[in-house]
Amino acid sequence: MLTPAAESRALRRKTAIFTTVVIVSNVCGNFMLSIGMRQVGRTVTGSPLPYLAALLNPFVAAGVCLLACWLFSNLSLLSWADLSYVLPVTAIAYVLIALLGHFALGERVPGLHWAGILAITAGAVLVGRTTPTTTPVHREEDDE
Amino acid sequence: MKWILVAIIVLGNTAGDLLNTAGMKRHGEVENFRPRHVAHLIYRLARSPFIMGGIAAMAVSFFSLLALLSIANVSFAVPATAASFLAETILAKFLLGEHIVAMRWAGALLVAVGVLLLAL
Repeated sequence: MLTPAAESRALRRKTAIFTTVVIVSNVCGNFMLSIGMRQVGRTVTGSPLPYLAALLNPFVAAGVCLLACWLFSNLSLLSWADLSYVLPVTAIAYVLIALLGHFALGERVPGLHWAGILAITAGAVLVGRTTPTTTPVHREEDDE
Repeated sequence: MKWILVAIIVLGNTAGDLLNTAGMKRHGEVENFRPRHVAHLIYRLARSPFIMGGIAAMAVSFFSLLALLSIANVSFAVPATAASFLAETILAKFLLGEHIVAMRWAGALLVAVGVLLLAL
């Protein structure tokens, strides 16, 4: 059995690893989708066909795969961490997306956006310093 | 059109996050990441009404995001969809019973303000 202190360290490490995976897969996924959808063009429609056709674009397909990784890592993280912890901490993704938009896609980042980037980073750091889990976590039942 | 899509994305995200969290807390902590176990986990999640409802809500949100990305810049599209940080924190407290300390409120508020600034 792990001591409570070792268990809490292990939980923090696991939380840090999964938070990183959630953020990176989200940013890369959205970035790929953005490049792909620019190549595909306007797709505001109720019909599913243009969306399916968009999946043929390699950037869109890669983006969808990365967002599937994001979904799975995010669900795993939520199995032990609070939603009110996960949401603000993974909001760092918005900062990275804005920075990517600026440095890789050449989108202009006005002064107010830089202030926003600073506020999100500060908020994510503050929430990151709180205990990730405040509700009882039960062990995954092993029914194998 | 842009803002209608943003509203759909925010509502879908909020419902999706709450349902997914409730579903995963009912499932229990995921501890084993060997492929066989992950496959078993996906099978079990696929039968959870919470997770399926959550993913359906997020799918609606996702396709609205795809549509939005095709008519707006990525630095408008993604941050503008994040208007729900405070609402989700409040709902996490009342619906999911999470204990939200002052530092977490402050952080959520800063993130919400930051996202608002990014959307301007």
